[in-house]
Amino acid sequence: MMAAVEVSEAEKVYILHGIRDDLRVDGRGCEDYRHMEIETDVVSNTDGSAKVTLGHTVVLVGIKTEIGKPRPMVPNEGYLEFFVDCSANATPEFEGRGGEELGTELSNTLYRVFNNKHSIDLKRLCISPGEHCWVLYVDVLLLQCDGNLYDAMSIAIKAALFNTKIPKVFISSDDEGGKDIELSDDPYDCMRLNVENVPCIVTLCKVGHRHIVDATLQEKACSVASLIMSVTHKGTVTCTRKVGGGSLDPESIFEMTEAGKRVGKALHAPLMKLLEQEESLGKKQQKVGFFG
Amino acid sequence: MAAEMRLPTIQKQGSMSIYGKGRKDLVVPGDIITSDTGFMSAMIISCLVRLFSFPHKGHGTYVDEDKLTASVAGEVERVDKLICVKPLKTRFNGEVGDVVVGRITEVQQKRWKVETNSRLDSVLLLSAVNLPGGELRRRSAEDELTMREYLHEGDLISAEVQSVFSDGALSLHTRSLKYGKLGQGVLVQVSPSLIKRQKTHFHNLPCGASIILANNGFVWLYPTPEQQEEEHFIVSFLQYINCLMALAAHKVLLYDTSVLYCFESSLQHQVKDILKPEVMEEIVMLTQQKLLEQKG
Repeated sequence: MMAAVEVSEAEKVYILHGIRDDLRVDGRGCEDYRHMEIETDVVSNTDGSAKVTLGHTVVLVGIKTEIGKPRPMVPNEGYLEFFVDCSANATPEFEGRGGEELGTELSNTLYRVFNNKHSIDLKRLCISPGEHCWVLYVDVLLLQCDGNLYDAMSIAIKAALFNTKIPKVFISSDDEGGKDIELSDDPYDCMRLNVENVPCIVTLCKVGHRHIVDATLQEKACSVASLIMSVTHKGTVTCTRKVGGGSLDPESIFEMTEAGKRVGKALHAPLMKLLEQEESLGKKQQKVGFFG
Repeated sequence: MAAEMRLPTIQKQGSMSIYGKGRKDLVVPGDIITSDTGFMSAMIISCLVRLFSFPHKGHGTYVDEDKLTASVAGEVERVDKLICVKPLKTRFNGEVGDVVVGRITEVQQKRWKVETNSRLDSVLLLSAVNLPGGELRRRSAEDELTMREYLHEGDLISAEVQSVFSDGALSLHTRSLKYGKLGQGVLVQVSPSLIKRQKTHFHNLPCGASIILANNGFVWLYPTPEQQEEEHFIVSFLQYINCLMALAAHKVLLYDTSVLYCFESSLQHQVKDILKPEVMEEIVMLTQQKLLEQKG
């Protein structure tokens, strides 16, 4: 699917045996994530942004808000648009149009996971039904690929949504009955999104007879099929997808779903704690950004 | 089940390396190395060298307003009057006799193509390998047909650089018992400039692990052959891998002693904790202290 690495048969044996014994090449257990670093508000010309580093995978998400027209089917809701840019920085394969296919696949999945009223309160994005609403353009930039893109992206999106500040607007009607949108004069007077129900994506890779989360590229090369699932903080599964050429038997799908629920549920609490901690540090906190 | 999340921290200057403090021979692009005219002639030499050698094989310097300036980040090397900057992060510039670990990318007629982290794929000629079984004879057409059975795409080999072609590509050979196809083990990739040149690049480490610190930055860690598997072998094996990663992340030269000291300093931590930034820093600091003490 993406930026694959070659692994010889002998190396595969090593990785497989390790996973069988719940001891992966970097010492993790099967359900452990790599070390994760999250920082929000890293791009000044966006309304919300976040950078997530997961091992050697680096993802940057920027969210821009714009006023648009609501979709005819749901006149009282705003919506999100996703675009994933696979930078040639991540791997030379992405050069030119190389990353386009992967980018489209990723953005379609993200759209299905995040753009629904159960994840985000889309009604709050409505300004005047049928006429104006906020559109959130979510741009994801892959800066480095070392496996597990979905999980890193979903965490970055959740963090960026938390960080997003939408300007407050008022609707005033003039004498002829027309409507005017007025932007608040105070730049700090803004609306925040409730991200409580925004899910995180967990990718489970079937390797040998077991499944692992947060696979590195080497481990990914040993896996024939993986299950992508989005899980909310309550442990509700909102979306599942199977990727990879291999097949999964129903029993292992059940096991993987259970593990995914458990792992996905556990992701939210530390993430929210971190985001609130960062928020409480305020503007004085020096940003690390891209040269840390 | 665990997910560690945290805010990134700014790396303190100077904490990176004890050696790094007050060193004047480390430069970044744009740094003026010298404005001494005595070295000007050296510059001309370096320009000449640059003109007539492989264009990418720049020496990491250029002249800006009569001052010799670094064009890459790295260490300044002076040979008589010739000044070069050896970059810290680079592709592998092979020299004859270097030990390399590489991955087969292609099987062609009478040769294998090998990925060795150089700018161009290296070649391993069929005539440059020991035939399985150790027979010494001319390679026949039959050998050519069975090449893929011997080395397949994706396989890892250790080899030595036999010669360097005019375009910088390397020709390898495995005509010794210590070279050849690699079995089970783990590959760790680091920058080639982090490997210390030594008499031997094959080492046996305590706890039943062996290591090939290849000059091209590919480090191969494997169980020492013909040794009884000790208890906790797997754990100490993983410990070595994470130690290598920690040393590479903090840009410490890799050689048998540094790896061994790092392993010793890491023993008090759990394997999966080693890659946490603060633990990594602590272990690397301890290692560097030990190395300094040993130097005297």
